[in-house]
Amino acid sequence: MASSSPATATAHADAHPAHLQHHFVSSDQQFDAAKMGMWLFLVTEVLLFAGMFVAYTVYRVWHPEVFVAGATLLNPWLGGLNTVVLLASSFTVALSIHFIQKGNQKALLINIALTMAAAFVFLVVKYFEYTHKFHLGIFPGENYAYADVSVPYIQQFFSIYFVMTGIHGVHVLIGIGLFIWLAIRAAKGHFTSEWYTPVELVGLYWHIVDIIWIFLFPLLYLI
Amino acid sequence: MANSAEGSTTHETHHVAESHADHDHHHELGFWRKYVFSTDHKVIGIQYGLTSLLFLFIGFTFMMLMRWQLAYPGEPLPLIGWLFSDETMPGGVMLPEFYNQLGAMHGTIMVFLGIVPLAVGAFGNYVVPLQIGAPDMAFPKLNMASYWVYFVGGIVMLVSFWVPGGAAQSGWTSYPPLANIVMTGQTMWLIGMVFLITSSLLGAVNFLTTIIQLRADGLTFFRLPFFVWAQFVTSFLLLLAFPPLEAAGVLQLMDRLVGTSFFMPSGLVVSGEALDVAGGGSPLLWQHLFWFLAHPEVYVLILPAMGIVAEVIANNTRKPLWGYKVMVYSLIFLGFMSFIVWAHHMFITGMGTAISGFFQITTMIISIPSVIILSALLLSLWGGSIRFTTPMLFALAFLPMFGIGGLTGLPLGLAPTDIPLHDTMYVIGHFHYVVAPGTILALFAGIYYWYPKATGRKLNDTLGKLHFWGSLIFMNGIFLPMFIQGMAGVSRRLYDGGQIYEFAEGVVHYNEFMSISAWLLAVAQIPFIINFFMSIWKGKEVDENPWEATTLEWTAAPSPPVGHGNFETIPVAHRGPYEYSVPGAATDFTPQNQP
Repeated sequence: MASSSPATATAHADAHPAHLQHHFVSSDQQFDAAKMGMWLFLVTEVLLFAGMFVAYTVYRVWHPEVFVAGATLLNPWLGGLNTVVLLASSFTVALSIHFIQKGNQKALLINIALTMAAAFVFLVVKYFEYTHKFHLGIFPGENYAYADVSVPYIQQFFSIYFVMTGIHGVHVLIGIGLFIWLAIRAAKGHFTSEWYTPVELVGLYWHIVDIIWIFLFPLLYLI
Repeated sequence: MANSAEGSTTHETHHVAESHADHDHHHELGFWRKYVFSTDHKVIGIQYGLTSLLFLFIGFTFMMLMRWQLAYPGEPLPLIGWLFSDETMPGGVMLPEFYNQLGAMHGTIMVFLGIVPLAVGAFGNYVVPLQIGAPDMAFPKLNMASYWVYFVGGIVMLVSFWVPGGAAQSGWTSYPPLANIVMTGQTMWLIGMVFLITSSLLGAVNFLTTIIQLRADGLTFFRLPFFVWAQFVTSFLLLLAFPPLEAAGVLQLMDRLVGTSFFMPSGLVVSGEALDVAGGGSPLLWQHLFWFLAHPEVYVLILPAMGIVAEVIANNTRKPLWGYKVMVYSLIFLGFMSFIVWAHHMFITGMGTAISGFFQITTMIISIPSVIILSALLLSLWGGSIRFTTPMLFALAFLPMFGIGGLTGLPLGLAPTDIPLHDTMYVIGHFHYVVAPGTILALFAGIYYWYPKATGRKLNDTLGKLHFWGSLIFMNGIFLPMFIQGMAGVSRRLYDGGQIYEFAEGVVHYNEFMSISAWLLAVAQIPFIINFFMSIWKGKEVDENPWEATTLEWTAAPSPPVGHGNFETIPVAHRGPYEYSVPGAATDFTPQNQP
């Protein structure tokens, strides 16, 4: 925007890059627009989870003992492991942007692959957590059938747990899809230090997925 | 914000022209890419327009069927009654379940598939890029996706009539626990809503980015036409209000599909039997999340309409809008306030006097900016040499109609008066005055106003005036008696229109009058439909600026605008949007792009 104008002038002096769409004046404007669009989308993501956090808050206030009892049935070590994994992946995704800004396509590809691997580990851990719960008969809502902990309304905790972590998990899955797409394009050398918008945007998306987990982990596993 | 505009003034226009010369490798697109899967905002705008007009017609048809049942309860529908199946209208007599389905789907279709897509999807898409001097929306592919996601959402909603048990029947508000225990149609409704929400969110992201990033050189925020401002604030409302409803929709879907009890309380008894659910949930949570969306949604319905009316009034009074800046500030304030008034829909839920007090105060406060905008529009008429063109007639009618809608809302915003009026026909009368003779008349004004830009031909004025007077008179014929019925205590969701209640005896006969008005309103749309299609070929051909307007879509682009990129040369704005009758100027309008 305002800061972009001097750069814009130089962009015009160059030949028009292939990635510049016809309705933008300059690469900078296109990049600003793309990034703004992504940030606005992230606002909707935050609000989507905000709606569910409202549900969490209401039911926690109504039945605090349910949430304390529910948390004891979750494994904080597995949750903690996943937190570390996601934090590490946020670091690698930031590195991938750093390296492509320097023009290092190989390091970009390595870091995308590392991030993807971390996302995959997260889902594998989540898979074991879920199947263990199902094995014990811990299902959301009326299907709850775990006799050892039967605080009244304990189902409410697991309804929240499965829905919120489930929707978060879908976001991780979408993230893996995006990283596969990025990796293919990176391997083909599509990204340069001049143009790496998709890397930046997927990076932003991945950070929000990470941040949401940072809220989910303590609220569900620890307190 | 001012900074960004200054920044963009440094781009010089001839660079743009050059860049387009470099880029002119766009060969002719095939039929599918040009008219169906187009990324051009103009084509998408027209797609939105035609689809949403069709849905408005479908929603209206539902209501005309219901109005037969209300006027003549239990009598078989003549002429077309045999068309319906035994599950809906055996022997032409409407079943209560089918009445409820039509009611729920009338609301859903009118709001989410009719008015919002027409006001935002169609007018916003077509007009905003032209008015800000942009070659297209910021994200053309997202724009196309937004239309097709909306289209799929609409199909899901319509198909739901044919699933076992029929469509959703818990009202457009889908309050649990009722919405949780009805048949499959409600699941379809929720899935359809997820599509419609996604479509609106994609649109909102696109509009905000476009308006912030793609304004022409010199077009600062306070040089934007009021219509663009209205779309800008509307997009913010969509962006911030829809995601919580999406969350609520997901939770309700889980309640229906996997047995959670987010909205299901314990100890619920349905038809004499205790319901077997986990329980512990709160139906009120749904109401809060729903109205957190649905109150801003009211402003999503009305703000674009105000934007259209402002454009038409400035153009047809040949003078600047009175208090343009105050109107813009009011608009922003209105947008902000619309997020903290939602619980005035819930005064009878027992939320306590302190909370009620808060929401009554915010509700009274939010009426102030609405009144400022309406007053500014009225004062804009003062001393103008008014041209009574067809769009102007619709815009003028908007003012008193929206006024009635707004003023009758005041008793609903105060708990003591809301409690007896809650869920009566009075409420129906109130919000229909806002959205039907209010918003829909404004949307018609927009169609008559911008049709020449989109097609290069004007709509016929005689047919237009016939359409206008018919619509205005019959809409009032439908909605005015609702206030009387409501104040007598007639509830809004009665299958027989209140015949079984003694207190309704004196007002129930209005139903026949209202129903006949509704059917005549349909007749009054015939000149419009003929006009709309005939004028594509037979309408009077116009040049680029038939209304002698000042804003960029008229002064810088031909009618219709250039297929790829809108403008032959990207315009530069040199002045504000409404420089009409400037003393000393050669004409009574000074285009924004005139140096």
